[in-house]
Amino acid sequence: MRSRTILIGVLAAALLAGPMLATGWAQPKEVFIPLLVYRTGAYAPSGIPIANGFVDYFTLLNERDGGINGVKVTWEECETQYDTKQGVECYERLKGKGPTGAVLVNPYSTGITYQLIPKAAVDKVVIFSMGYGMTAAADGRWFPWVFSFPTTYWSQASAVVKYIGQQEGGLDKLKGKKIVHIFHNSPYGKEANPTLETLARQLGFELTLLAVDHPGQEQKSTWLQIRRINPDWIFMSGWGVMNQVAVKEAAAIGFKMDHFIGNWWSANDSDVVAAGDGAKGYKGATFHAPGTGFKVHQELVKNVYDKGKGAGKKEDMGAPLYNRGIVNAMLAAEGIRTAMTKYGNKALTGEQVRWGFENLNLTEQRLDQIGMKGFTHPIKVTCEDHEGNGPVLIQQWDGKKWNIVSDWITPMRDVVRPAIEAAAVQEGQKLSYTKRDCSKEK
Amino acid sequence: MIYREAGQFKMTYASDQAIFPIVQDRWLVAIGIVAAFVVPPLVANEYWLQAVLIPFLVYALAAIGLNLLTGYAGQLSLGTGGFMAVGGYAAFKLTMAFPWLDIIVVFLLSGVIAAGVGLVFGIPSLRIKGFYLAVATLAAQFFLVWLFNKVPWFVNYASSGTITAPNRAVAGLMVTGPNATAQTRYVVALALVAVFALVAKNLVRGRVGRSWMAIRDRDIAAEIIGVRPLQTKLLAFGISSFYCGVAGAELVFLYLGSAETLAFDITLSFLVLFMVIIGGLGSVLGSFLGAGFIVLVPIFLTNVPHLIGLPLPVALQKQMELMVFGGLIIFFLIVEPLGLARLWQITKEKLRLWPFPH
Repeated sequence: MRSRTILIGVLAAALLAGPMLATGWAQPKEVFIPLLVYRTGAYAPSGIPIANGFVDYFTLLNERDGGINGVKVTWEECETQYDTKQGVECYERLKGKGPTGAVLVNPYSTGITYQLIPKAAVDKVVIFSMGYGMTAAADGRWFPWVFSFPTTYWSQASAVVKYIGQQEGGLDKLKGKKIVHIFHNSPYGKEANPTLETLARQLGFELTLLAVDHPGQEQKSTWLQIRRINPDWIFMSGWGVMNQVAVKEAAAIGFKMDHFIGNWWSANDSDVVAAGDGAKGYKGATFHAPGTGFKVHQELVKNVYDKGKGAGKKEDMGAPLYNRGIVNAMLAAEGIRTAMTKYGNKALTGEQVRWGFENLNLTEQRLDQIGMKGFTHPIKVTCEDHEGNGPVLIQQWDGKKWNIVSDWITPMRDVVRPAIEAAAVQEGQKLSYTKRDCSKEK
Repeated sequence: MIYREAGQFKMTYASDQAIFPIVQDRWLVAIGIVAAFVVPPLVANEYWLQAVLIPFLVYALAAIGLNLLTGYAGQLSLGTGGFMAVGGYAAFKLTMAFPWLDIIVVFLLSGVIAAGVGLVFGIPSLRIKGFYLAVATLAAQFFLVWLFNKVPWFVNYASSGTITAPNRAVAGLMVTGPNATAQTRYVVALALVAVFALVAKNLVRGRVGRSWMAIRDRDIAAEIIGVRPLQTKLLAFGISSFYCGVAGAELVFLYLGSAETLAFDITLSFLVLFMVIIGGLGSVLGSFLGAGFIVLVPIFLTNVPHLIGLPLPVALQKQMELMVFGGLIIFFLIVEPLGLARLWQITKEKLRLWPFPH
């Protein structure tokens, strides 16, 4: 009886004290990256491929090259279910791990990114919100710790409008056209609205903003309104289960699918397959190619999947979101590699990685070396510009696979950049930040 | 043995009516409060404070608020998330409009605003009862969240619709915003919870609490003996919403740092209701136990595979966590339908007799 009581007491104490002690197991020559993923819940259809792509690329680096310049990449996944509270819990849990703490974090959610932006600057962790997050943070003078390259929601919205203009035969033809933006009713979905509103004023198209509430399964009223408005074009910022529902609804009302463009989070295989043939012609924005026809995919098959170390199934490779995971991991790795040119091939700190990100210059030649020629676009990041002004592609679903149907479309930087700079002042002041002088950075 | 009361004589009415009539209880609670103030800020790391203890305190406050309404006054409410949203957004608007205002005062004022909103949505409770009232309060939940999402004035016209806690200091010490240390936030949250728990405890022992319980147990009988149902029910809604409002402000300012309406959606209302049901309806202690159960158990379950060195895929881990958590809820409800607080009460009664039971 007594011994049992003591045993229970000791066990309870151990379980309580365990998490407190289990921080920091020092191992040299490693960079640790916390991975905030969502493989369960309403957003899993979008979350799984991107997480797999990310993990596979890092496995490839470790298996083939022994890491980045010989420094092993380690990571730990943490399930957020796309929920901000769980995301913050994950971040707090993982930020201290690894020999030098977390160097960078990929929140994979605009909502979580907003939560982490104030924290990361204090903890000295780079936030790499690739093509999502707070657009205003692309002004590196106000937000030194946040990076959103290769491009942002505002740039994307302007590029999509540009594409619509091309299809209509010139931007001046957009006057009087009706464009609907269906968006996920969250910081993420709302992000494109200011740019679209500005462009609607400038170009004279009629913009209707239709919000879809989380999680997005219920869209009947939205599509009823669309039938009434009868728009010429629909642009969608959806995520997770919302995308497939929207594509199905569009097919059901017989909307011209080639006039329906999703943003880069709304154009994955999982979004269109459910609608069957009805989804044929549906378009989406992207900043890298779909498919598996690149050298990096062969390397992945050889070094990761054939060794049985793949995160997903081999046949799921090449989906747009899987490839986005690869691009995300590649950009992160190249940022770290850039930092190593200055600080040496060792376990880096968040501050050093931040320098690497800010001085990243990904050339065509470098893309060729890592087997991604033609896969994505070269990018150059500067202290002022954490976005890199990357161009956008439009891809189209032909019923079986995605095909690129446009050239690289350069966003309207003259519209977007001033808006970013204005918003950065506003958002930066909210956090009591001061603007840094980029001419003094080295 | 521990709880032997032999020799404790109550010589005055005051001592007989004390919150904790047993000396050991008084000591236990006093030591507990002192320990809560001193130990975690010294011992716990930032993860424990920021991701475990602060949410626990915030939810405990919300659970006390809902317990006053549902547990004591018997008015079933699913509007907790909405009332917490009122608190969070009111605190944001207040502190942005009056930056010189002390942040604690801002919390209290946002509680008052939430109380006002709660009063309005409490009016139907005079006519509607039970499950039907739950549906009416559900309307409050959806309406309020929709309102904050729809009207950009509430978020100071931020295009993302997100509210962010600015840097605010109390007596020179940063309490909110990114530069506030987890220790400070924790102590502030704890102080607020401690004070409001004490207030709640006294409230339910007095005339107000008794009238609430009279309404809960049989409203017609209560009316006959002179309890005015309108005032009593509205008071319950108002005070409960005040607690929820302060908890909502804390949720944004001390815990999350920034929030969108999704943080206050219907799942939050259910979560707080589950805390109250699992912890024990009509018990302040139960609110703490329930909040502890709902907040701590999932985090504990997430960390278990790591602790015992079992490398499970995260998806499987999450699903197992949900299954085990669901199983535990059912287990506790079967073992003790009256909640964890009742479990403690039974334990205490046994302890008072131990080691010489009848």
